[in-house]
Amino acid sequence: MIYLQLFWEFLKIGLFAVGGGMATLPFLQRLSESSGWFPQSLITDMVAISESTPGPIGINMATYVGYNVAGVLGGIVATMGEILPSIIIVVIVSKSLERFRGSKTVDAAFYGLRPAVTGLIAAAGISVVQVAMFHMELYQETGSFLAAVDWRKVIFFVVAFAAIKKFKLHPIVYIACAAVVGLVLGF
Amino acid sequence: MLHDLVVLYTLFFRMGAVTFGGGYAMLPILRREIIQNHKWMSEETVMDYYALSQGLPGIIAINVSVFIGYNRRRIPGAVAAALGMVSPCIIIISIIAAFLSNFQDNPYVQNALAGISVCVAALILDAVVGMWKKGVKDAFGIVVCLVMLGLSVFTSISPILLVIACALLGIGVKSFKRGKEGKAA
Repeated sequence: MIYLQLFWEFLKIGLFAVGGGMATLPFLQRLSESSGWFPQSLITDMVAISESTPGPIGINMATYVGYNVAGVLGGIVATMGEILPSIIIVVIVSKSLERFRGSKTVDAAFYGLRPAVTGLIAAAGISVVQVAMFHMELYQETGSFLAAVDWRKVIFFVVAFAAIKKFKLHPIVYIACAAVVGLVLGF
Repeated sequence: MLHDLVVLYTLFFRMGAVTFGGGYAMLPILRREIIQNHKWMSEETVMDYYALSQGLPGIIAINVSVFIGYNRRRIPGAVAAALGMVSPCIIIISIIAAFLSNFQDNPYVQNALAGISVCVAALILDAVVGMWKKGVKDAFGIVVCLVMLGLSVFTSISPILLVIACALLGIGVKSFKRGKEGKAA
């Protein structure tokens, strides 16, 4: 029963892959080898497509693999398998947080966690900046940091940030405008 | 109750449909919808959920959705939020896999995505500034934030270890401070 197998395999990925979408890649490689459901080359396509479409990368990859193995229903089953452990674990954690609400130890843990998550998200922002505005291949070729910077994009970044600060519109508005800017300027 | 679940589902459906890049790229839209528009919870609570989601197994965006859904309407809310988040993915990916074989190589798609990723970087920067104001309140916070930033940029230490270490550090520093205050009194 291919649907049950898909569900089970992605349930395991959802349970053991810690740290977001890309953390599921090694699991998918192993799954490709052990099951023979899809070739390794599909994984490269899958990463490119997952990054070019909205939604969490880990979910997009599960849907894509599931679809290629067993059609639309396969995509749905794989995705449900991947999110089920999250739902169970997060509900358990939420329940225990409620029980210990106001506890000094829990408060103290968050005293350390809040600045930490700010730093982690800043790091994620830096990696987005790097991918979006620097040509790593040019840097490796020329060894010059300045040559690798895409100045048009840096200027656009500054303008976008100023607009975000000034107008405080819904982020979707900026994302839509940015897609148009990318098309018009041929980024 | 049903109405609330529909609201949760459609809200996360919209977020899933416009978030390019997963958990962190979702943060600016999430802050806007959950904190500013709906006023469901504080910035601090959302930060707590992000911190926990980072340290738990699973996809960060899904973990955050489940935390928020559960906070609103218990288990049905958690399921509604998670399903809302994944529904657009299932629809979009199925369509692309079925009909658009070279979607990701299309130059128009690539140009639009290049523009979007610059914008997402600016939106994340804006979110980090907001979180810094709420979450980094003293010298300890500044040090933890900068060390975490440095460690995650320059090393490949698992974020789960970093998160656990910071939670323990918070507990240690708080109890040390309390001990000192206790002696002073």
